[in-house]
Amino acid sequence: MLEIIIQITLVCVSLSMLGFLYRVIKGPTTPDRVVALDAIGMGLVAIIALISLILDTFAFLDVILLIGILAFIGTVAFSKFLEKGEIIERERDY
Amino acid sequence: MRTRTNDLILQTITTVVAFIIILFSLSLFFAGHYNPGGGFVGGLMTSGAIVLLLLAYDIKTVASILPIDYKILIAVGLLFAVGTGAGALIFNVPFLTHAYDYFYLPLLGKTSLHTAVLFDTGVYLVVIGVTMTIIQTIGESE
Repeated sequence: MLEIIIQITLVCVSLSMLGFLYRVIKGPTTPDRVVALDAIGMGLVAIIALISLILDTFAFLDVILLIGILAFIGTVAFSKFLEKGEIIERERDY
Repeated sequence: MRTRTNDLILQTITTVVAFIIILFSLSLFFAGHYNPGGGFVGGLMTSGAIVLLLLAYDIKTVASILPIDYKILIAVGLLFAVGTGAGALIFNVPFLTHAYDYFYLPLLGKTSLHTAVLFDTGVYLVVIGVTMTIIQTIGESE
């Protein structure tokens, strides 16, 4: 029973990631694409959690936290580039 | 294209999240012997925390928070790795032979201490040094 539910959930998450992928390709502005890529990262987290349920292992739980941190840092870097034009400032004067 | 902005939310979040990332990287580093993890991914996560500090603040502020020359960190890490290998030669065994034993530590109880951890510390320091040297060199150039 649980196997069937996990497989249905995997299909649903994959379909939602296809929707995000459509937004990444089609998105009229760059912030649309950045937000869609962040959401794709969260979809990956869900897929890894479901696959570690299927494979019945604890080995992938570090990967979940890793993807969360990397998606956060990447989104912050991209939004800082969009707002200020540079990612790492040498010295801020305010 | 410089605009004067106030990064209050980003800086407040960074002060909390950077510590969580560093704790996670240390957990990855020490879990490396029995679980997934190790020196490489631990070092990458630690440099990820420093990159988050660099994003929220600037290079000068982070240099005053962490006054570390990352090129020296690479040298210290390589010294750890080579020193662990050369230390085996003292006991008349081949190069890079590791040893371990069980010790009774005050709070942790029976713990196995392994010299591979020292080698992993070298990997950890070298990964932090290389990553931060690359990022700071690219970030400082105009």
